[in-house]
Amino acid sequence: MTGATAVSSSLFMPRVQRRRRSGRAFELLCMLLSLFGLAFLAVLIGRVLWEGASWISVKFLTNFPSQMFPENAGIKSALWGTIWLMAITTLTAVPIGVAAAVYLEEYAPRNRLTKLIHFNITNLAGVPSIVYGILGLAVFVRWFRLDRSVLSGGLILCLLVLPVVTIASREALLAVPKSIREAAYALGATRWQTVRWHVLPAALPGIMTGIILAVSRAIGEAAPLIIIGAVTYVAFVPTGPLDYFTALPIQIYAWTDASQPEFHHLAAAGIIVLLGILLPMNAVAVAVRASQQRKKLW
Amino acid sequence: MSDGVGLRACRPCVGAIMAKALVKAKERTIHLALFVCALVSIVTTVGIVWVLIKESLEFFAHVSPIEFFLGTKWAPSFFPQHFGVLPLICGTFLVAGGALVVAVPVGLAAAIYLSEYASPGLRRILKPTLEVLAGIPSVVYGFFAFTFVTPYVLRPLFPETDIFNAASAAIVVGVMIIPTISSLCDDAFRAVPRSLREAAYALSATRLEVSTRVVFPAATSGIVAAILLALARAIGETMAVAIAAGNLAKLTANPLTNVQTMTAYIAQKSLGDTPAGTIEYQTIFAVGLTLFLMTMAVNVIAQRVLKRFREVYE
Amino acid sequence: MVKVLESEAPARRVALDLPLVRIPDRGPQREHALPSSERVIRAEQLTIRYGTFAAVREVTLDIPSHRVTAIIGPSGCGKSTLLRAMNRMNDFVPSASVAGKLFFRGEDIYRPGFDPVELRRRIGMVFQKPNPFPKSIAKNVSWGAAINGYQGNLDDLVERALHQAALWDEVKDKLDDNAYTLSGGQQQRLCIARAIALQPEVLLMDEPCSALDPIATARIEDLIDQLKAQYTVVLVTHNMQQAARVSDRTAFMYMGELIEVDDTTVIFTKPTQKKTQDYITGRFG
Repeated sequence: MTGATAVSSSLFMPRVQRRRRSGRAFELLCMLLSLFGLAFLAVLIGRVLWEGASWISVKFLTNFPSQMFPENAGIKSALWGTIWLMAITTLTAVPIGVAAAVYLEEYAPRNRLTKLIHFNITNLAGVPSIVYGILGLAVFVRWFRLDRSVLSGGLILCLLVLPVVTIASREALLAVPKSIREAAYALGATRWQTVRWHVLPAALPGIMTGIILAVSRAIGEAAPLIIIGAVTYVAFVPTGPLDYFTALPIQIYAWTDASQPEFHHLAAAGIIVLLGILLPMNAVAVAVRASQQRKKLW
Repeated sequence: MSDGVGLRACRPCVGAIMAKALVKAKERTIHLALFVCALVSIVTTVGIVWVLIKESLEFFAHVSPIEFFLGTKWAPSFFPQHFGVLPLICGTFLVAGGALVVAVPVGLAAAIYLSEYASPGLRRILKPTLEVLAGIPSVVYGFFAFTFVTPYVLRPLFPETDIFNAASAAIVVGVMIIPTISSLCDDAFRAVPRSLREAAYALSATRLEVSTRVVFPAATSGIVAAILLALARAIGETMAVAIAAGNLAKLTANPLTNVQTMTAYIAQKSLGDTPAGTIEYQTIFAVGLTLFLMTMAVNVIAQRVLKRFREVYE
Repeated sequence: MVKVLESEAPARRVALDLPLVRIPDRGPQREHALPSSERVIRAEQLTIRYGTFAAVREVTLDIPSHRVTAIIGPSGCGKSTLLRAMNRMNDFVPSASVAGKLFFRGEDIYRPGFDPVELRRRIGMVFQKPNPFPKSIAKNVSWGAAINGYQGNLDDLVERALHQAALWDEVKDKLDDNAYTLSGGQQQRLCIARAIALQPEVLLMDEPCSALDPIATARIEDLIDQLKAQYTVVLVTHNMQQAARVSDRTAFMYMGELIEVDDTTVIFTKPTQKKTQDYITGRFG
C-alpha cells in the first residue's frame, strides 16, 4: 500500500446546503416545464369551449354546412363522412395490421425479407401523413379511378394507420410468454390453433389499445384527405363508398380558414365534437393499458 | 390377423389422413394469407417511392435539379415561373426548428421529472395526460395557433407579427411533439440501470447530480434519437402549419412573418383545381419527394442511434 | 454424494450439540452493547417495512469502529435491507418505511430533516454486482470527490484510492480507458476505490464477491482485511466461510430478526442460539 496515507476529511467541501438548494430549484423547474404541457392543454380546451360551446345544438349536428349563413350551418355531412371513413379504415386496417403482426411474430423465418419488413414498417410509421395523401391521389384516385370518394379516403387512412396497428399488435404478441405457446404445442395444436386460441386472446388488450389509438389518429387526420381533394363544401351524406365526402377535420379546417369570425365559432364547435369523440377513446386506451399493467398475469 | 380386421382398422385411418391433409392445407393457406398482409407494408413503400419518382422525373424533365435544389425563388403559379425549393425548405426548418426550441426543454424536463422525481402515482397520471397532447388532431392545433396564439400571445408581445406567422405554428407543433420527446426520453432514462443510480447516490450525489451527470450522459443516444424522431414529425406536420404559418414562400429567418413550408405548399396546391399533367401538378410530387427523403433520412438516422442505445442496455 | 452429506451433517452436529443441550429454541437475545466510544453505528429497535411486509424487525445492533462486522443469514433474511438502511439507500424504494432508530456517531439518521447526502459521503457503499460508471477509470474514482468539492489534487486522490484498493498496478497505464474494459474482479475493486476516495468512516459492502470467481474473491477478501485498519467495515454475505475468514464480529439474521451477534469465533464455535447453530452447520439456508 504505497502512498496510502490518510487524507484529511477537511479537504472536502461538500456544500450540501447549496447543492440541496440547486437540486430543489431543478426539481421545481422540471415540474413547471412538465406542467407547461398540461397548462397548454387546459388553455386550448378552455379556449375551444369558450368559443364554441354556445354554438353546439341539435341543429348544429343535423344541418348541412352553409357557406352563407353560419347560424344555420351544421356538421351532418362531416359527421357522416367521418363515420364512413372510420368504418372503412377499421374494416381494412385492423385485419391486415393484426395479420401482419401475427405473421412477423409467430410465423416469419429469421431472414432478410423479414428484417426488411420490420425496418420498413418502422420507417412507414414516420412518413408524413401528407405523403400518404400523394400516394392515394396517384393510386386510388387516378389509377384505380375511385375518384375523390369516401372509399379512396378510407383506404388512404388505412395505409396511414397500418404501421400503428402492426407495431402495437407486435408488441402485444411479444409480451405473451413463450410458455403459453409451448403449452399449446405440447398438446398437439397446430401453429394457427395456438395463435388463434391462446396467443391472440392473451394479446388482445394490447392489440385493442393499438387499434383504438390508430382509429383515433385516422379520425383526426385531414392532410391526406385534402390532398385527394375531399371537397370541403358537401351538402349531402355519402350513401355508398363511391360518393364524395367531407369529414370533421376537413370541415373544421374550412371554417378556420374562412374570413368571417362567425365561422371560427363553428370551427370551435366542430372541434368540441371532434375532441368529444377522441378524448374518450384516448382515455379508454389508457385505461386498458393501465389495467393490463396492473394485473399482469405473467 | 385376418384381412378383414386389417381393413376395418384402416378405414378410420384413411379419414384421419384426409383430415390431417385438410388441416395442413388450412395451415398453409393461413400462413400465406398472413404473409400477404405483411407484404402490404412493402407494397406501400414501393408505391410511395414509385409515385413520387415517376411524377418527379417528369417534373425534372422540365426543370433542372440545379434550379430546383439551389434556386432561391419559389413561384410556380406566376409568370415567369420559378422553381427554387429553398424557400420552402427554409420555411419548413423555421417551423420545425422553432418547434424543437419549445419541445426539447419541455420534453426533456418532463422526462426527467417522470423518471427521477415523480412518485409512481403521479407518474401514472402525468404520463398519459402528456400523451393526450399527441392525440389531439393537428387541425385543432392550427385553429388554436391562428385564433389564440397569434392574436392573444404573439401580437401583444410583438406588435409587428403577421396574421400568419411561423412562430405560432412552431409553438403549437412544438407542443404537439412534446410527448414524442418526453415518452422516448423517459424510456431511455428508465433503461439506465438502477445500479448506476445507486452507485452515484452512495457517493453522496444529490438527485440533480444523478440526473444530469449519470442518467443523462448514459442516455445520450436515446435522447438524440427522440429529438430526431420529433424533428421528423415536425417536418412532416401539415394542417397546423397550413392554417397558421401562411403561404408566402420566402427565404427568411424571421419567425414572426408569413412563411410557407413544403407541407403547406402541397396542401395549398391540391386544394385548388390543378389539372393533372401540368408542371404545377408535378410540383406536388417533386416537393413531396423532397419532403419524403428528408423525413426518411432523419428517421433512419434516429433508428440507427436508437438501436445502438438498445444494444448497450438491453 | 447425498449419502455422504447425510452422514456427515449429523456427525458435525453431534460435536457441536454437546455443550448446547440446555439452550431453548428461542431464548432472549444476548445484548452486546458496546461502549459508545467504540461504536460507530447503532440500530435501536429498527424495523423496516416494504409496504406491510417487515423485512427487518426490531433489530438492535452495534457496529464497532475499525472492525469488520459480517451480517450473515439465509437469503431474504433482511441483511441487505439492514445494510442499505445504514446509508439510507432504502429511500429510493417507494414503499419502504422505517420505525425505530438508527444512529451514526450518536445522531439519528432517520430523524426528520436529516440530510442523507452528507451521510453518504461519510458512509461508503460497495454493491453486489460491480457497477462502475460508463466513464474512464480515473473519472470513476474522482467523480464522487469532485461533486463533494474536494480541494486537493484529484490525480493524487485517484492514485491513492487505487493503491488502497490494490488496483493501481493493474490500471496505472490505462487510467483513461473505459471502466467497462476491466474484468469483473477489477471492476469491483474499482468500485471499492471509488468508495474510499471519499474518505468515508464506514464502508458498507453488500455481498461484494457474489458475482466474482474464487480468485477475484480472495483478492477482495485480502483487501477487506487491509481496509479495516482505516475504515469500519460492515459486510453482508451469504457465504459463511467468508464471514469466518474476514470478519471480527458476526451478526446472524433470520426472517428479519437479529438472532445473535458476537465475536466471529464465538458465533462459529459456540453460538448460544439454536437457529444460529443450525444455520452455520448447514441445516438450512
